[in-house]
Amino acid sequence: MEVAVENMPWGVMVILLPLAGALVCFLWPRRSVPLGLLGALGVVACVTGLCWQVVEQGAQRYTVGGWGAPLGIDLYADGLSLLMLMMTAVVGLGISIYSSGYFEHKTAVVFWPLWLFLWTALNALLLSADIFNLYVTLELLGLSAVALVALAGGADALTAAMRYLLVGLLGSLCYLLGVALLYHSFGSVDIAILAERMELSPAVWAAVGLMSAGLLLKTALFPLHFWLPPAHASAPVPVSALLSALVVMASFYILLRLWLEVFPPGAAAAGQLLGLLGATAVLWGGIQALRQTRLKLLIAYSTVAQMGYLFLAFPLGTSFAWKGALYLLLSHAMAKAAMFMAAGNILRFGGHDRIADLDRVAQRLPLTLAAFSLAGISIMGLPPSGGFIGKWMLLDAAFYRGQWWWALILIMGGLLTAAYVFKVVGYAFTQAEVTHEASRVPAGMEWTALVLALAAVLLGLFAPWPLALLDIGFPFSGGCAE
Amino acid sequence: MNSILLYALAGVGLFTLGLYALIVHAHLLRKILAINVMGSGVFLVLVSLGGRTPGASPDPVPHAMVITGIVVAVSATALALALMLRVQAKTGQTLLPEERLE
Repeated sequence: MEVAVENMPWGVMVILLPLAGALVCFLWPRRSVPLGLLGALGVVACVTGLCWQVVEQGAQRYTVGGWGAPLGIDLYADGLSLLMLMMTAVVGLGISIYSSGYFEHKTAVVFWPLWLFLWTALNALLLSADIFNLYVTLELLGLSAVALVALAGGADALTAAMRYLLVGLLGSLCYLLGVALLYHSFGSVDIAILAERMELSPAVWAAVGLMSAGLLLKTALFPLHFWLPPAHASAPVPVSALLSALVVMASFYILLRLWLEVFPPGAAAAGQLLGLLGATAVLWGGIQALRQTRLKLLIAYSTVAQMGYLFLAFPLGTSFAWKGALYLLLSHAMAKAAMFMAAGNILRFGGHDRIADLDRVAQRLPLTLAAFSLAGISIMGLPPSGGFIGKWMLLDAAFYRGQWWWALILIMGGLLTAAYVFKVVGYAFTQAEVTHEASRVPAGMEWTALVLALAAVLLGLFAPWPLALLDIGFPFSGGCAE
Repeated sequence: MNSILLYALAGVGLFTLGLYALIVHAHLLRKILAINVMGSGVFLVLVSLGGRTPGASPDPVPHAMVITGIVVAVSATALALALMLRVQAKTGQTLLPEERLE
């Protein structure tokens, strides 16, 4: 029995299972909710299996169908991809439970296959070992995400989905042109082989520029963030949660992989530029969030700001800074999913999400408001949350490298975040002028938001284990990393 | 200049042309077509660079990539066209809101 568990290709199962789940949900729409939940649980089990395998046996490489690189498709799981997979599994399970109470039957029938397809694409992306496979999974992810945004069906949602699709396709085509140039220069698309053969040439610089630009557009780094707030705010709530928590981080993950392993060292100037854009995003996103009158838009602009923090690691470039950014990403994913879910509960409860008209939500939906505030604590970066650990590591790296101005950005960003979180919490305690009829919110939806927010805070207390996990396979030792 | 480089440069030209059209034109159908032109440009670059050693038989791997890319492009175009029709049915216009003339 134990041998079977040891030799199980968990990395392949992690992709096949949600795919099978999506197909079954599509073919058997009347049972899509229980089948979808079963699929979600199965994925969590497979990720646990993979975690055990990677911890016990080190980084795993699978040659799918027995065709190895350079011709075939390889899957590769090291500490970095494992941690991202685990985070996706936790947030994904939360979103699945939340959605089972959120959607009516007519929408649920469409939601479940699309959501499981998206999960398949995401897991495949995190396990891909070659840059062309990354392109294909990125497109699959984009297509299912666009279809999910359009699910809301209103004019806002449809135009936001259309804009999202066009932007996404533009980003992936830029990336693909970069892949073509890299393949031409080195005759391979495998990340490990590319890292070995990397040499500087004009074609490589063009490829680096094109791929980075495409991925930055998809990660919505300032000033390329214009498409994100409408798309994330007009989608159905579980979709907003999974877009803000999981989908934007996929393109960041690819950029990080390329930056750490493939791109030639000596890109210090480019690192400073990314850091500068990230800093602007932190401030701009924070100010815009503060100006919003609708809760979902506020949270969407907060995502723009939080994405900016991740790019502060690029000018620093130490392994401590990378880990800090990743820890920030993990806790942001959980906290942001919880925040959108809390906003969804408020929306369901009062029928609107105008911040100024929140009517005594604190007394009437205490669990939801607790979830929102706990998530806010992590996003602000107050101790003992996961966000605090991430920001602390970035601060430490900034002082270590003598680049103290990034520390200033971190602190100002935190203050802006505190301002917009307290703005919402403040209105939630007071009585609004227009009282509204309240409708019931299912308990499962309230508890899911609370548990995810708690997980984001607890992430700060259990930091050493995930950070040690990141070192498996030494993802931070090659390329531009020091 | 050899013919392979000519094809590759033509591909880059198509990509740029598509990018220009994507930004300049407001009508959604034109934007979708522009994306398709950009895609064809990238495919042309991939295929032409596959034959980079003169005389030898061309490298088959880029061709496999292009076939995958075409499958992706067809599905993306189908989704885009379906979305465009829904946008038109809901708003009566085939434009993104920011490009409407007041």
